[in-house]
Amino acid sequence: MTATLTRGAERLHAAFAGAKAENRAAFIPFMTGGFPSAAGFPAVADALLAHADILEVGIPYSDPLGDGPTIQRASEQALAGGTSTRRTLALIRDLRARHGTPIVVMTYVNPIYAVGPREFMRLAQEAGVDGLILPDLPPDQDLEIADLAAEHGLAVTFLIAPTSTPERVKLVAEACTGFLYAVSVTGVTGTREGSALSEVPAMLVLARQHARVPVAVGFGVKDAATARQVASVADGVVVGSAFIHAVRDGQDVGALAAEIAAGCGR
Amino acid sequence: MSMFLPAYPQPDARGRFGRFGGRYVPETLIPALDELEEAYLDAKRDPEFLNELERLLREFVGRPSPLYLAQRLTEHAGGAKIYLKREDLNHTGAHKINNCLAQALLAVRMGKRRVIAETGAGQHGVASATAAALLGLECIVYMGAEDIRRQALNVFRMKLLGAEVREVTSGTATLKDATNEAIRDWVTNVRDTFYILGSVVGPHPYPAMVRDFQAVIGEEVKVQLEAVEGRPAPDAVVACVGGGSNAIGIFAPYAYLPEEERPRLIGTEAAGEGVESGKHAASVAGGRIGVLHGSMMYLLNDDEGQIVAAHSVSAGLDYPGIGPEHCHYSETGVAEYVPVTDAQALEALQLLTRLEGIIPALESAHAIYHAVQLAPELGPDGIIVVNLSGRGDKDVAEVMRLLEQERDAGLLDRDPEQLIAEVLA
Ligand SMILES: Cc1ncc(COP(=O)(O)O)c(C=O)c1O
Repeated sequence: MTATLTRGAERLHAAFAGAKAENRAAFIPFMTGGFPSAAGFPAVADALLAHADILEVGIPYSDPLGDGPTIQRASEQALAGGTSTRRTLALIRDLRARHGTPIVVMTYVNPIYAVGPREFMRLAQEAGVDGLILPDLPPDQDLEIADLAAEHGLAVTFLIAPTSTPERVKLVAEACTGFLYAVSVTGVTGTREGSALSEVPAMLVLARQHARVPVAVGFGVKDAATARQVASVADGVVVGSAFIHAVRDGQDVGALAAEIAAGCGR
Repeated sequence: MSMFLPAYPQPDARGRFGRFGGRYVPETLIPALDELEEAYLDAKRDPEFLNELERLLREFVGRPSPLYLAQRLTEHAGGAKIYLKREDLNHTGAHKINNCLAQALLAVRMGKRRVIAETGAGQHGVASATAAALLGLECIVYMGAEDIRRQALNVFRMKLLGAEVREVTSGTATLKDATNEAIRDWVTNVRDTFYILGSVVGPHPYPAMVRDFQAVIGEEVKVQLEAVEGRPAPDAVVACVGGGSNAIGIFAPYAYLPEEERPRLIGTEAAGEGVESGKHAASVAGGRIGVLHGSMMYLLNDDEGQIVAAHSVSAGLDYPGIGPEHCHYSETGVAEYVPVTDAQALEALQLLTRLEGIIPALESAHAIYHAVQLAPELGPDGIIVVNLSGRGDKDVAEVMRLLEQERDAGLLDRDPEQLIAEVLA
């Protein structure tokens, strides 16, 4: 791994450092690109960006096998509305014109391969994307993707899970240049009944032995209370499905974001 | 003959067949795949496991399945002799049982009491439910809503066998989505669940492991053909390809032979309403390289990477991808892949039924069609072996519906009732 940080990695690390200086975990809301519609997405993203340290935008995908029903259905709706890979990157470019907050893209690998890895990275760079989160790409599967991302100034984030062995945690942690994403539960995305975060502390002890980047936790964080639990041990808190539910139910997304952001304080 | 599981030179240590294959799955599953690979390699060397598998294949499945010279079909085709490898005579009606029993035994060996499976035509679901019943395992089968409609009989069989059938309504509500749902279940319950995958797809080690479990088909053909024709290899081997497990099972024992000893290996892809129509499931002819269900393969997907719905009259071939080993065979010329349409398959189904008294599965009918086309080209000295992957019981209601449609459109000269009556006579 190169010693010099990419532009994206620098911006992401600065966002985590900024939150830490305020004695908070970084707040990282997630929203599916083009949800609830291409026209409706910018307002939702603006509402999240008003409180976010980093915004995570998902490229809607037809076969999101790491996602639960909530994000899966959001993807289906976005695709039906005509948003997909290039369109999501264009939506981010528009956000970039109004916001300086770092933006990372969550995408399955197939859209990257279909557009062409080099072309995809070029478009992402042009849109002002800072990093990529790759839920179905264990870092040892395709070493070229991380190199291409770096060439285009993008940081990469890979995931660990409660099932990860110490060897896997080491391998994944060392491959991350943006932040490390620790999945809180054995399972897919989605909010859960009760608190399912019992495996997080042990996982983070392991992660911190190897990660040279901040460690964020996601999956199943749904409100200020669960955010606070996670914030006490992690550098960042990712919240996704709760915001999709909020958009669906016509709730005030900005107010929910403010509430959960406040929950990220320590 | 004592059981052994073959050792083929592919895939490489990282689960790649050339550039295809691999493990594109959430990190949650990687340790489980490592554990599975280790357990499989260990079982493969264990005489106790092999003996038990051999016994079940013989006593429960009915192996070896016959190699049958289809005399009347051969005469009709006018050329090479056509042999049928009768996987349709297996218990539960298709080749799927070979793999299911082996994986279920592995599940028991690994101490997992809950198994999950995906199914399209229902054959893999029925085979999984059967193996689970035999071994006393809890079984959950994911099946697309569209396939539940098309394959009602198999849905009932699964339930009768004690399995829970979970309807999948997301996406295209077919095999691809049932597979997504099974993988999501596995991601969630990976610590105590064994995923019985039904074809040579998915993340490593599945494509290699399923191939090894299905290679018994080709290994038997070598012995059987030697006995009747004095040579182990025919001139051509034809098998239908959805994910590709029955085809790999009969190809693999020949695929790694030197070129001059290797028969032509031909996979028939479901061309649906024609590759040009866009309504098909022909991943080699009409797809491009992509990633689905954990491995890199030829895939029906658009230029933004969204998976395109596959279409085939046969639910078992209605899958937008094709196993990575097939992709590698195709790219390196070891095997050829030819498209066969819905209409051609339906025609072949009727042909085999009337000439040989065998109702093939719609899937297998794709292979029959091509064999009949190929026979004249190879001439009377030639030998073709067709993998008759399954029987058509599950399809007769759907076939009747299609024939009625044809009759109503004035395309058929005979009444479907008349046809059914003849078959049952
Ligand atoms: C009879 C039969 N043949 C073929 C297939 C396709 O599977 P594969 O391509 O893995 O052999 C199926 C799948 O359900 C089947 O039931």
